[in-house]
Amino acid sequence: MAMTTMTAPDAVRRVDYRAFLGFAALLVAGGLGPLFLYPTFLMKVWCFALFACAFNLLLGYGGLLSFGHAAFFGGAAYICGHVVKEWGWPPELGLLAGMASAALLGFVIGALAIRRAGIYFAMITLALAQMVYFLCLQLNFTGGENGLQGVPRGRLFGIINLSDNLTMYYVVFAIFFLGLLAIYRTVHSPFGQILKAIRENEPRAISLGFDVGYYKLSAFVMSAALSGLAGSAKALTFQLASLADAHWHMSGEVVLMTLLGGVGTIFGPVIGAGVIVTLQNELADKVGPWVSVIIGSFFVICVLLFRRGIVGELGAWLGGKKPNGPPGGGH
Amino acid sequence: MLSKTVLLATVAGLALGGSAFAQAPQTVRIGVLTDLSGLYSDLSGQGSVSATKMAVDDFIAKEKPSFKVEVVSADHQNKADIAANKAREWFEKDGVDLVTDLVTSSTALAASKIAKEKNKIAIVNGAATTALTNKECNDVTIHYTYDTYSLANGTAGAVSSQPNGKTWYFLTADYAFGHALEADSAAVVVANGGKVLGTSRHPFPGSDFSAFLLKAQASGAQIIGLANAGTDTTNSIKQAAEFGITPKQSLAGLLVFITDINALGLKATQGMYLTEAFYWDLNDETRAWSKRFFDLNKKMPTMVQAGQYSSTYQYLLAVKKAGTNDTAKVMAAMKAATINDFFAKNGKIRDDGRMVHDMYLFQVKKPEESKAPWDYYKLVSTIPAEKAFQPLDKSTCPLIKK
Repeated sequence: MAMTTMTAPDAVRRVDYRAFLGFAALLVAGGLGPLFLYPTFLMKVWCFALFACAFNLLLGYGGLLSFGHAAFFGGAAYICGHVVKEWGWPPELGLLAGMASAALLGFVIGALAIRRAGIYFAMITLALAQMVYFLCLQLNFTGGENGLQGVPRGRLFGIINLSDNLTMYYVVFAIFFLGLLAIYRTVHSPFGQILKAIRENEPRAISLGFDVGYYKLSAFVMSAALSGLAGSAKALTFQLASLADAHWHMSGEVVLMTLLGGVGTIFGPVIGAGVIVTLQNELADKVGPWVSVIIGSFFVICVLLFRRGIVGELGAWLGGKKPNGPPGGGH
Repeated sequence: MLSKTVLLATVAGLALGGSAFAQAPQTVRIGVLTDLSGLYSDLSGQGSVSATKMAVDDFIAKEKPSFKVEVVSADHQNKADIAANKAREWFEKDGVDLVTDLVTSSTALAASKIAKEKNKIAIVNGAATTALTNKECNDVTIHYTYDTYSLANGTAGAVSSQPNGKTWYFLTADYAFGHALEADSAAVVVANGGKVLGTSRHPFPGSDFSAFLLKAQASGAQIIGLANAGTDTTNSIKQAAEFGITPKQSLAGLLVFITDINALGLKATQGMYLTEAFYWDLNDETRAWSKRFFDLNKKMPTMVQAGQYSSTYQYLLAVKKAGTNDTAKVMAAMKAATINDFFAKNGKIRDDGRMVHDMYLFQVKKPEESKAPWDYYKLVSTIPAEKAFQPLDKSTCPLIKK
């Protein structure tokens, strides 16, 4: 089925037109956001949105449910924080270092995990991510439960002063936007089509002569690298890296964001991340102890009413066209 | 925004022909950033918010200040990024002057950094890490109630100077925090002529402590030191009671709070030694204040909540004395003051931000000795302020000149 939509030219064109509107809306929202909302809060939204989109690349388009993505997000935050704080690297190299370390980690974890499918895949990623968490707890440079604190934001390319909150905001937004474009491009490339084919019917993809393992691993590494980029951006934004970023709760949270927004849709994870981060932050001083209860109930309601996630359901309602992937990725 | 109001107030003051000191702030805002929903909400949480409001009400009633005081609160959910985000937002947008409570070490350190960047004040009552007054110290942060050093050294020092506290066995959480707690305590035990018979390192977080506890039992040590925290501590206490290790051997909790004792019950915790900065039943003053707290919250205050009241009151006194909410002047006034209230006697805030005051070594009562709810502790000894905290010459805080 995925193969037929791929070859239908008008379907591709329609997707492009819709996506164009979506990207334009995002640009407007991102550009004007700081006029209405607090920039630091928005930066957090963009970091998590990129993280969720990277995760969605794997779950939504590759059909692989990883339960260990916090390892890439948190691990990269520590690496980026360390090279910037202790070794005095400029922020752009810090971001790259975080991203590269996450890609490397993704290669190791991915190579082991893709040998199994379904729940076993999820458990292997969880187990390996827990090992990374213990490393973050035990290694000296991470500061244990104190976390890595006081990371300087520095100057991007030696000229752009990131200590200015608004400048930092637009840099983070640019990182998010470029990351999202990269994901969009990947999904709509032949590579992405093969990935979807593997998701739909793996034996058939093998019989067509594709090296399935290679495609899965590439998607895994790419997802890990972009998660790492999100983690590094977050480390620079908040000037810290803490254990919470590498904890399995974070792996769960990103699943939640993706499912809530709409798995297998380009913009779903952005909405999902926005909703979760807003609830966490805005409820913090309003409802006190009820934050977790409210987020939990919200999730239950969404799962019951919008099975395809907010964007998935909206897309189905507007266009009648099935969103880019079925919600069954989370098997 | 606030500086604008201050400026306006100054202009108005001068225009009215008032003295040059008429720059008192119109409103002082205190942000209580705490754990309202998680693991530590019992220890600080809503009780800390309540204690802060008590302090504000008492201050206004007694001191009749010329400025208003507002209290805001938020749940940092024990996540450093939420704490950093909220603190920054409070300072930048809402004109908050002081962020306080801060329960876990990562949130406290994060908020302290933001306070320094924004030149506002952070007073930490919930978190225990000594990093706040050592490597990560700064001139806008005060660590008020307690820290790991005062608890570990207090307990280890006081217990090992007794004849039945000479031999120790440590049960240690296997990460930096546990190692530090163990090393600090072991040094004191040895200095007091005691002996450390052995150590078991358990994974963090752990759930089954049986193997480690049986080793501790076999060692025959008089005291089993618990160099761990949170659920690890409560689980090891429970299991030690189940194995019949206590009360034959005594436990020494290096990071235990009255809420843990309340949750575990006296049967499991009897005979345990622990150090606290405050206990409701110490004297008439503590009883009077704690009764008021109890009427509002239906539970007795922890040392964190008592410290929260005391530090808030001291902060407001300093603002009144300095006649401004300017950070440097308020910090100077706080450091110049001698703190005397129900919480601390002759307390002083040192240059590294450490508030030094007496600490107390308690032993948990046997169930039959306890006469009323919350009647948990016997006072064993008072640890004088100069011995209770890390001496300044050992501090690695860059503000301390040697």
